[in-house]
Amino acid sequence: MNPTHREPWIRIARRDSIAAWHGWLIRLAGLLLALLVSAVVIYLIVRLNPIKVYSAMFEGNFGTNRRMWVTFRDIAMLLCIGIGLAPAFKMRFWNIGAEGQVLVGGIATAAVMIYCGKFMPTWALLIASLLASLVAGAVWGGIPAAFKARYGTNETLFTLMMNYVAIQLTSYFVAVWENPFGSNTVGIINQRTQTGWFPPLLGQKYMLNVLLVLVLTVAMFVYLRYSKHGYEIAVVGESNKTARYIGISVKRVLIRTMMLSGAVCGLAGFIAVAGASHTISTSTAGGSGFTAIIVAWLAKFNTFVMVLVAGLLVFLEKGAIQIASQYNLNDYASQMITGIILFFILGSEFFTRYRVIFRGRKGGR
Amino acid sequence: MQSGTAAVSMRDIVKAFGPVVANDKVDLDIFSGEILALLGENGSGKTTLMNILSGIYYPDAGHVSVNGREVSIRSPKDVYDLGIGMVHQHFKLVDVLTAAENIILGMPGEGNLDMKAVGRKILDICALYGFSVDPGQKVYDMSVSQKQTVEIVKVLYRGAKILILDEPTAVLTPQETEKLFRVLRNMKNDGKAIVLITHKLHEVEEISDRVAVLRRGKNAGELVTKNTDAAEMTNMMVGRAVTLNIARPEPKDPKPRIVVDRLTLRDEEGIIKLNEVSFTAYSGEVLGIAGISGCGQKELLETIAGLHPLKSGSVTYIKPETGEKIDMAGLDPREIFSLGVMLSFVPEDRLGMGLVGNMDLTNNMMLRSFRRGKSVFTDRKTPRNLARSVVDELSVNTPGLTTPVRRLSGGNVQKVLVGREISSSPTVLMTAYAVRGLDINSSYTIYDLINQQKEKGVAVIFVGEDLDVLLELCDRILVLCGGRVSGIVAGRGADKNEVGLMMTKHGKETTHESDA
Repeated sequence: MNPTHREPWIRIARRDSIAAWHGWLIRLAGLLLALLVSAVVIYLIVRLNPIKVYSAMFEGNFGTNRRMWVTFRDIAMLLCIGIGLAPAFKMRFWNIGAEGQVLVGGIATAAVMIYCGKFMPTWALLIASLLASLVAGAVWGGIPAAFKARYGTNETLFTLMMNYVAIQLTSYFVAVWENPFGSNTVGIINQRTQTGWFPPLLGQKYMLNVLLVLVLTVAMFVYLRYSKHGYEIAVVGESNKTARYIGISVKRVLIRTMMLSGAVCGLAGFIAVAGASHTISTSTAGGSGFTAIIVAWLAKFNTFVMVLVAGLLVFLEKGAIQIASQYNLNDYASQMITGIILFFILGSEFFTRYRVIFRGRKGGR
Repeated sequence: MQSGTAAVSMRDIVKAFGPVVANDKVDLDIFSGEILALLGENGSGKTTLMNILSGIYYPDAGHVSVNGREVSIRSPKDVYDLGIGMVHQHFKLVDVLTAAENIILGMPGEGNLDMKAVGRKILDICALYGFSVDPGQKVYDMSVSQKQTVEIVKVLYRGAKILILDEPTAVLTPQETEKLFRVLRNMKNDGKAIVLITHKLHEVEEISDRVAVLRRGKNAGELVTKNTDAAEMTNMMVGRAVTLNIARPEPKDPKPRIVVDRLTLRDEEGIIKLNEVSFTAYSGEVLGIAGISGCGQKELLETIAGLHPLKSGSVTYIKPETGEKIDMAGLDPREIFSLGVMLSFVPEDRLGMGLVGNMDLTNNMMLRSFRRGKSVFTDRKTPRNLARSVVDELSVNTPGLTTPVRRLSGGNVQKVLVGREISSSPTVLMTAYAVRGLDINSSYTIYDLINQQKEKGVAVIFVGEDLDVLLELCDRILVLCGGRVSGIVAGRGADKNEVGLMMTKHGKETTHESDA
């Protein structure tokens, strides 16, 4: 019966809008704070010089030419899946099935490399496996969309379960293509001839991976922002009612966009198999299909921002591995550091959207 | 102005949203045993002020006292404890629960719940003020007016002595409004303090004792109702003199434009929404559609616009130039457009259907035009120019063309939507509750736009809820009740009570068109 008479000590209010420079200032502050806090943690727990630890992380990513290109390759892979997820998420279609879409793209690529590798030249193999992976991914993405359009099924569960189907399918093909017999792996496909592998460009093994994904980054940005399809996706994502009101067929956009999303994820499988590992296993996607969800959302579907986010995630992962091995730390210590950094960077997003008002302060920003 | 301590006294209330100051040092006193009407145009800050009083917003500065004691309202729960109750325009009831269950929902208690005692207390409250509520009735079985009654009983049950009602009559028939007013008078005589937010001035004159007017976030003045009139209140709200007559030019050369014949529609559950509806809309006239909300008005317009698959009946469009008849039944909006039917539709749900709230003005203009041209890319220049000209011609108050439309006030949102819909030179214009929630100035802008279209020979179908407006604006009025046409009357000289009665009585047979 007696509400307090004092103003609350702390209040949180939504920001109406925020200037771009102000947002980036907050994010930069978050990054600096993250480095500061983890420096203290590093010093207190493992008694190491934080500066050295940070430079070791950098070493782990860019220390040698080879390492640098592996980093680029991994960023490209994660980014590619993120780009694939962008149109689905922009349409508010919860595609949790990138993992499976990558795998079926990988299976299709491996199949082309294995069955056609003997009589087709590399350029033809690349085109054939590119197309096969696109189609496989499109089908894998299109199935849950078609069910949603037709029967209103829940796409989150559906795409998630499709992942497990894809994993089982991969196990099956690993058994079929087992090489050498009894190894329970496919082995390196076309190891001697290297047919169907990405050729080195400008002397770099992974140049083609990076170039392909960069082209996709620009293309998807333009598609989502300037094309009629992109506009339809935005309208369907915001309101199905509005879409129907202006005569957009929601079902068609749903299926078309999910086929595109699946196709780009399938393409990531193509890059992973033909451009990186040259083999296929159940861990070909390796969880990237889930990590890419973070990439897509943090960047708010802006593919250029995704480059930064994917870069950060890969950098932290590789850095953690490096300090773990260089200083003989156990995994937990290095993961703690990446955890702290991620926490602050994600946390700074909160402050770009809300402001905190302390008692006695005027409500200004 | 009044002696004694105010039940609620708000002083120097300031609340800003970003650069927009919604309340700028606003004062307001609410007294027990009095009905206060809070008036103001859209964006004048009355909703913000009441939201502060009901714990939804926290003020940036200022003081609130209840019964002379300064308080800090931090949440809707504090509000109940202070004896303040708000009845929102959009009801907040759980459909599958009964009236009694909704009323006690969220209240603290220990031990066994004695629903019988709850029911008795509800009936006591009803007897005291003249409500009729069946405590055991499920909300989904209730009419709009019954739901509203439950909302009011809910706040009384919690011991509210100060009631805030946000546009309570917007959804009621004239008869139901009368009933509500009787109850409000009983509550006033019992010593409750009542704040009424409304746009309907004749209701303010009828029921309130005192009027407080806000203009652009500031106090514009206070009036004693019996010493004032609608004109003075309007002038105070707008800040200058306004005339309050809606023009109604005679229809010029009316010709059939849309013929609806025995249209029947069922929703997904198989419930009949429209039952053998037949009428003809003529060019150069405004056909009003009256009815209690949920009687099929929305479905009727949406069906004509091609948003519902048609089971039986027909919709025929007659081309003005050639007289060619086009059967529109079963076509979707895109197909209708491609047949050259220039149909514009201002739906009831402006931000959820007619516009996309998160998109800016240019992108919203594009909704209708983005398919034009063969390019795979969208043309942004034409819609941007259109947005600019709509903003200029209808004086839309917006920070810029890149502002998301949800940030605009209700009246400006509607101007954007209507502006886009009439920009395509339609031959049929359908509007659903075109002035709902709009202030006087914006409402008259919309009436003027409708009349301009009418004079251009457009067939206008105007679904409205305010009977006074329908009677002043429309050439003919079709009354819907429970999905049936209960009659079509001429707008000139129509009797308000007669139309009100038609809204509640089912037409026995399909009324076929006899006069024009």
